[in-house]
Amino acid sequence: MSTGGIPPEERIPPDSLAWLLAVMAFVIAPHTLQLPLWLSAAVVACGVLRIMLAYRGERLPGRTVRVLAVAAATTGIYLSYGTIFGLDAGVAMLCLMAGFKVLELRSRRDVMVTLLLGYFLLVTHFLYDQSLFTAGYMLVAVCGLTTLLITTQQPTHRGKPLTHVRLAATMLAQALPIMVILFLLFPRVPGPLWSMPDDAGGATTGLSDEMSPGSISELSQSDEVAFRAEFENGPPVYPQRYWRGPVFSSYDGNTWRQADEDVNREPPDVQPVGEPLRYTVTLEPHDERWLLALDLATGVDREASFDAAHQLRQDDPLRERVRYAARSSLQYRLGTTLGDEARRHYTHLPDDTHPQARDLAREWRADTADDTELVEHGLGHFRREPFSYTLQPPRLDEDSIDEFLFETRAGFCEHYAAAFTVLMRAADIPARVVTGYLGGRMNPAGDYMIVRQSDAHAWVEVWLEGEGWRSVDPTGYVAPERVERGLAGAVPDTDPVPSGAFDADGIVQNLALRWDAVNAYWNRWVLAYGPNLQQELMERLKLDSWQRMALALLGAMALSLGLVTAVLLLRNRDPAPDPVAREWQRFCERLARAGLPRRPDEGPRDYARRAAAQWPEHADTIQAIAARYQALRYGLTSAESNDIRSLRHAVKHMPRP
Amino acid sequence: MALHARLRGNDTATTDRIVAAAEGVILGKSRPIRLAVACLLARGHLLIEDLPGVGKTTLALVLARLFGLEFRRIQFTSDMLPADVVGASIYDRNSGGFSFHPGPIFTQLALADEVNRATPKTQSALLEAMEERQVTVEGSTRQLPEPFFVIATQNPDTQLGTFPLPESQLDRFLMRIHLGYPGRDAERELLAGRDRRLMIRDLRPAVTQDELQALQRRAEAVHVADALVAYVQAILSHTRNDADLRHGLSPRAGQALLRAARAWALLEGRDAVLPEDVQAVFPAVAGHRLQGREHNSPGTGTEALLANIPIP
Repeated sequence: MSTGGIPPEERIPPDSLAWLLAVMAFVIAPHTLQLPLWLSAAVVACGVLRIMLAYRGERLPGRTVRVLAVAAATTGIYLSYGTIFGLDAGVAMLCLMAGFKVLELRSRRDVMVTLLLGYFLLVTHFLYDQSLFTAGYMLVAVCGLTTLLITTQQPTHRGKPLTHVRLAATMLAQALPIMVILFLLFPRVPGPLWSMPDDAGGATTGLSDEMSPGSISELSQSDEVAFRAEFENGPPVYPQRYWRGPVFSSYDGNTWRQADEDVNREPPDVQPVGEPLRYTVTLEPHDERWLLALDLATGVDREASFDAAHQLRQDDPLRERVRYAARSSLQYRLGTTLGDEARRHYTHLPDDTHPQARDLAREWRADTADDTELVEHGLGHFRREPFSYTLQPPRLDEDSIDEFLFETRAGFCEHYAAAFTVLMRAADIPARVVTGYLGGRMNPAGDYMIVRQSDAHAWVEVWLEGEGWRSVDPTGYVAPERVERGLAGAVPDTDPVPSGAFDADGIVQNLALRWDAVNAYWNRWVLAYGPNLQQELMERLKLDSWQRMALALLGAMALSLGLVTAVLLLRNRDPAPDPVAREWQRFCERLARAGLPRRPDEGPRDYARRAAAQWPEHADTIQAIAARYQALRYGLTSAESNDIRSLRHAVKHMPRP
Repeated sequence: MALHARLRGNDTATTDRIVAAAEGVILGKSRPIRLAVACLLARGHLLIEDLPGVGKTTLALVLARLFGLEFRRIQFTSDMLPADVVGASIYDRNSGGFSFHPGPIFTQLALADEVNRATPKTQSALLEAMEERQVTVEGSTRQLPEPFFVIATQNPDTQLGTFPLPESQLDRFLMRIHLGYPGRDAERELLAGRDRRLMIRDLRPAVTQDELQALQRRAEAVHVADALVAYVQAILSHTRNDADLRHGLSPRAGQALLRAARAWALLEGRDAVLPEDVQAVFPAVAGHRLQGREHNSPGTGTEALLANIPIP
């Protein structure tokens, strides 16, 4: 390595370099999940090359090589991303530049630049992931970077890395109160803390805005959390955990869709029966407009409204995790009257579809006295006939409903819900498909319910004269276990079921639930802390104007800094202020004002001599006072109050030099 | 103005006599002489480090004479063995048995000349005797005389053919002092004056053994106030946090500092230690115990170090 021109104290010893590279690798590592392979490889190659050059003592690459490398990298990023601006390309650029910076590490100053780059790169991780794990990882990385920063500043303390780690940890701990204050009080803008406008709403899993055979069984392969719910007075029993999501009433013979009419029409009347159930939902973002609520929701504390299908909707797609309180009644009457137009809509079937199903419905109509009996009879059909419940139903080609009802007789909830709705409509009973989630498991580690995508479900609502909309679940007649206990027990053992669908037993499941609980708290108290929660907190703290908030912010910062200072001062303070020392202090101050300050390391004898030489006319007094001070402070005699008083007298009445 | 409280004086007639007599032989070296005397009064061993010919041996001889101590000189060389220092059992043909022949260390004041020329093995035999004030040869332990001092001289270790004393062994010396070249006037007087060796031969002991022991006891009795302990502690603490030093001073070094400062205060005629006394002995006591990190010259800048430590 060429070190000409760099003073020795500025050079980087190889072990420090190895540490620096290790920490930087740790900082960049999570980005490799986002970066193209060639880029990660290039960054690693830079590090390896640098350390090899250091150990072989060879020269670093020259200016031409570096300029070419930067040009090649910029081109590469442009080819990979189509731009060199924007979040992804920018982060890729930063990573690559960090790699190149390592190649020109020569002096301590370069180390500083690299470390600062490391801090910056660290922050960019939050643009991709804000989980608790990432936060912990970042903390370790910050500690590493800070340790190196300290080491760089104190090159003479090499060889004591543990002391530096401890110092870094102490400094970070001291920064903690300031971090908390800034987190709580710094004005928040709407939106998640880290969201980038262009990249909001990537691939999300969740219920779809349409339903065709297979769509929900696909979803139930996902172990992802859909939402979490906390109940004020305990959760309802399992078979009552119907979480209402999108309602489908438009049908084209194969696919069910939400009806525009549902959005525009007047909402039906709701008569809750009994005490409402109160709970709070923390809903994961799903990029659609609906919110989930337990059937049947009667109110929610969020800007959202019920449409004609009693679906809870908000105006904007849900792009961030939200939290809302809701209340629901498990017993209710919904929409006791139904207009003609609505009735036509809910009984509509496309012409020339499902002839066999229509025949069956006609048969049922003839066999039963009224609508209520027909519904019961129809549901019973799924028990009487050899239907089976499976996640892997046979393929349906032409007329999916007829094939399912009369040939394959094996399907998932969406098959049963769709088929039953068709049958009801064929029998001229208003009916619609409701999708959402059935179930959810309480997390014993956190006293809240986790509802996963694997709990996705579809059921049916039929309208009966004099009763209104009644919720019926044909799946329950095929596979009662699904309704009573959940997916895992209901499908055949050969079907692939995500592990989250099983009951919690075993250490791994338990740990997973505990981790979920920790994450739930993290989401709830840290990530969800946005403008709304902040405003709530500020109102509770009576800090409702921005002036007060700014004052509080500054005040709290000053207070915490003051506290740290006070602690440091108190720790280094002399035990008890000695009255004799105080008099001596006064004496020194007087002489200092006269133009002869005492050096801090100057003893009383030396100082008195110097002062006596400066003012020979007062030599006696000065020497007398100094002698007395020496005797009282350093002598064998214990300081009597008399002696202190006479010393004070002497100092007070000493002639002004 | 009546001053009731005063530092009680300590009689300095005896010590002044010693110092004055030594200054008569070694010209213009008042401070190293006083430090050496203080070192002996504090029952400490003394290391004199300087170039050849500036009077190291002379100082040791003068001190031996003035204190009336039995004196042996050990000239260290690289082929010396531990037995050459501590002694050995030798077969006696007349008695037919082994008898112990004590080495030159069995004396009240041993001058270990050019101690850094000896091999580490021999050095450690000497240093062990210094620490324990006894010698163990072939399984039997023999006490060294009382009082027992070692004055070692060494050339700066930049010279060829030397084995520098390791740090742990330097710690056995209470003080390390330098003599340095004499001043112009002192050197002229030295050149014009009598042969020093003759002068030393004519020196009479300034104190008896009893007086010496009394002085040592008085030195131990010199008062150290809490405020002074705080100052010494501040010094120790400062050396431990100084980035330019490889190690800070140990608590034992702190005790040595106080011991030396007490003896110094006694020489100054006081019965209590002042910060000035600590400052006066600090370079001699701490110099060889501190090692600079960057420059390999131990003990440089001990005065500069003190300038950064306020007196509490």
